[in-house]
Amino acid sequence: MVSGGRQFLGINGSGFISSRRRFMQGLAGVAACGTVSASGTWAAAPPKAYTPVFFNAAEWNFLLAACDRLIPADANGPGALALDVPRFIDQQMTTPYAQGAQWYMAAPFVQGPDNLGYQLPYPPCDLYRHGIAGMNAHAATRHARPFAALAPDVQDDLLRAAEGGKLVFGDVPSAAFFDQLLANVMEGAFSDPIHGGNTGLGGWAMLGFPGARADFMDWVDRYGAHYPLGSVSITGETA
Amino acid sequence: MSDDSRRLKPVDVVVVGGGWAGSIMAKEMTEAGRTVVMLERGPDRSTAGEGAYPASIDELEGNFRYKLFQDLSKNTVTIRNNASQTALPYRRMAAFLPGEGVGGAGLHWSGVHFRMPPDDLRLRSRVIEKYGAKFIPEGMNLQDYGVTYEELEPFFDKAEKVFGTSGEAYKVNGQVVGQGNVFAPSRSDHFPLPPLKDVYTAHLFRKAAEEVGFHPYSLPAANASQQYTNPYGVQMGPCNFCGYCSGYACYMYSKASPNVNILPVLRRHPLFELRANCHVLRVERDSTGTRATGVTYTDADGKVVTQPAEMVILTAFQFHNVRLMLLSGIGKPYDPVRNEGVVGRNFVYQNVTTSVVWLDPKVETNQYIGAGGGGVAFDDFNSENFDHGPLGFVGGSPVWVNQAGVKAIAAAHSGGPPGTPRWGSAWKAGMIDTYRHSLRIDAHGANMAYRDVYLDLDPTWKDAYGQPLLRMTFDWKDNDIRMNRYVVDKIGNVAKAMGARNVHLTRREFGKPFDTRQYQTTHLGGGAVMGTDPQTSALNRYMQSWDVHNVFVIGANAFPQGTGYNPTGMVAALAYWAAHHIRTTYLAHPGPLAG
Ligand SMILES: Cc1cc2nc3c(=O)[nH]c(=O)nc-3n(C[C@H](O)[C@H](O)[C@H](O)COP(=O)(O)OP(=O)(O)OC[C@H]3O[C@@H](n4cnc5c(N)ncnc54)[C@H](O)[C@@H]3O)c2cc1C
Ligand code: SF4
Repeated sequence: MVSGGRQFLGINGSGFISSRRRFMQGLAGVAACGTVSASGTWAAAPPKAYTPVFFNAAEWNFLLAACDRLIPADANGPGALALDVPRFIDQQMTTPYAQGAQWYMAAPFVQGPDNLGYQLPYPPCDLYRHGIAGMNAHAATRHARPFAALAPDVQDDLLRAAEGGKLVFGDVPSAAFFDQLLANVMEGAFSDPIHGGNTGLGGWAMLGFPGARADFMDWVDRYGAHYPLGSVSITGETA
Repeated sequence: MSDDSRRLKPVDVVVVGGGWAGSIMAKEMTEAGRTVVMLERGPDRSTAGEGAYPASIDELEGNFRYKLFQDLSKNTVTIRNNASQTALPYRRMAAFLPGEGVGGAGLHWSGVHFRMPPDDLRLRSRVIEKYGAKFIPEGMNLQDYGVTYEELEPFFDKAEKVFGTSGEAYKVNGQVVGQGNVFAPSRSDHFPLPPLKDVYTAHLFRKAAEEVGFHPYSLPAANASQQYTNPYGVQMGPCNFCGYCSGYACYMYSKASPNVNILPVLRRHPLFELRANCHVLRVERDSTGTRATGVTYTDADGKVVTQPAEMVILTAFQFHNVRLMLLSGIGKPYDPVRNEGVVGRNFVYQNVTTSVVWLDPKVETNQYIGAGGGGVAFDDFNSENFDHGPLGFVGGSPVWVNQAGVKAIAAAHSGGPPGTPRWGSAWKAGMIDTYRHSLRIDAHGANMAYRDVYLDLDPTWKDAYGQPLLRMTFDWKDNDIRMNRYVVDKIGNVAKAMGARNVHLTRREFGKPFDTRQYQTTHLGGGAVMGTDPQTSALNRYMQSWDVHNVFVIGANAFPQGTGYNPTGMVAALAYWAAHHIRTTYLAHPGPLAG
């Protein structure tokens, strides 16, 4: 039996500690900042120029409009557009996840009670294709315009109808599409910016989440105190 | 299939699965001088790779794309609530998150590390002694483990030393020595490390629980509170409460994992060979059916290979162990109609609900700070620590604040208080307030075993290798719902003592079926339980198949019913217990260890 000895060090000597230290240098407390307007409301900054890879023009317009309603810019912080959530979702659509690579997708697809979970034959990318077409079709039938051209409160009504499962897009229940969209919107606003969303770490800053800081050795027993350091991303960006 | 497959050179022991149970068994068997091949269906993984900072600190990859978890596209289970339904595939990760790859779920678990309460080990006997046999509800299969706390104590102790567990003892060798859990049985030694510091929310919970008259204690945590060297010579660093235990490899080498605590030594052992990306299809048996001859697996290139062995140890995780037994014809499959057979019988889960407490908006709860195993609990309503007589239910529940680190996407999903919309400005306000100023309290209850809750093979759906999926028939029962509701009410008192601004008590609801879409825990149990009666257990008390004596099956599958605690401390102790009896008795005299 082999036993004992530093050759089995979990921590890879001092190299590990020092590389982390090097990374953490210069990340100290930059307070959260952003474009707060005089009224204290975050401007709905137009998304930076980005050409979608997966979504076509009509789909992209829907996505921009829907994201803006799901996470609107307001007094509490930036909205999904300023956080580049649509870009995040478009980029996710080019990963294996969008093709359902992580889901069990073997037939037969038998529908059952909701509590037994998702049973459609559609991976995320198909849910978007069917769902957006369906939302735009409903908008056209009811209001003679695509979703993106509707007033915000009309958009909200349609989104609520989709959320509540009141619409049907062929064989896709609208709630299945809505849940997919909402889940990805949340991911885009609050994941590391390395994935294309959470621009400027704005999602984390509004929550007070320090991101990849991942070291609270000195803060764990400072009870009730406000954590003084801002957020940091995997690439070392700070906010 | 096996006729034209490649046959390899025989080895002494094949271990199926490279998690905690597999790593412990492989380590023990190499120590006993046996050649060991470990077959793991997933990729090779190490903390240096999967845990590298800062790339590993990625919530999207860790908790939402399930980077380290089971590849459901290849293999999953089907689930239904009762036998009259068609079970449907668990197509997306949600309720439970099985592991895959070297280290198993042990690489990305949280670290709460318990010993099984003595009363839980003989729950049937204890309930009958205290309340009479009639107290056990119709249809509940209440059983004893067939092994006592005293017998297991040295192995609980060994597991804690290997894991580098932090905690505070109450009694050592019968003497009160500290502020630990007053309900915990006596120990032969202290925890290897002192308890982790309380995070703020745990500190508040401790004070409030004391005020109400309960007996709070530090959760035993396999997250090192200090630098530590385990008996195998492996070093751990001190946990910094980074909050990335559950779903991640610990970049600080502070959370115990097979990858950090055992495999660095095992990998260098000349008698040990690890084969990753090898999916075991079945255990092969000789013509009598009573002796295993090895296993057949699909290797990384998709070739079907047979590995002959003197002994097969299944450590593939609770339900994979049960499935491999069913696929291999080891033990009699359970038939719920005739109430016969044992493989698949007594399938159980964890009966957990999480309540939320909102504090004053001036108080920052800093929920991102935390360690997976850290926190404060009280056991006043766990196990047989309270009188069930007037309550009329079996089982109990520890209550705790186990703030393992709540991250941003999870916070966005949990949203605001009940009634808050899931999106829009109202969601945003409620969600931010909840993240900054609330805390969560779990009732981590036991789930009892029932005659009509079981595992078998699905008639319709297959895995990527053409083998039937495992089918789960599972629902919550009135006994367990009543237990949960009783204990959750106690949380209300503690929340009040904390000065809560708002409290949402989450109780299990009568008539609301098990929901596969909501994460609960990965604490699945039973299905191939241990015991002293081959009519009601698939394994004897040494984790040995009653029917095929050279097959040992290690995992939470052995639990005859659920328990209030997390399972892994017990799984590790059972592995060391079984290994001890294999080493001291079985290897010299192969054959049934119990008759
Ligand atoms: C997020 C999370 C947090 C958790 N936190 C805690 C906690 O705080 N405390 C606690 O006690 N428990 C916790 N658990 C549970 C804990 O992880 C398990 O109890 C423990 O890992 C079980 O160990 P095991 O060796 O039985 O199985 P595993 O660790 O699952 O290892 C089994 C291995 O077998 C492999 N395998 C399966 N089938 C085959 C096959 N056919 N061929 C080859 N290989 C196969 C799998 O890929 C896997 O690697 C947690 C689990 C999760 C997912
Ligand atoms: S909280 Fe501690 S044990 Fe968990 S991953 Fe972070 S450093 Fe490791």
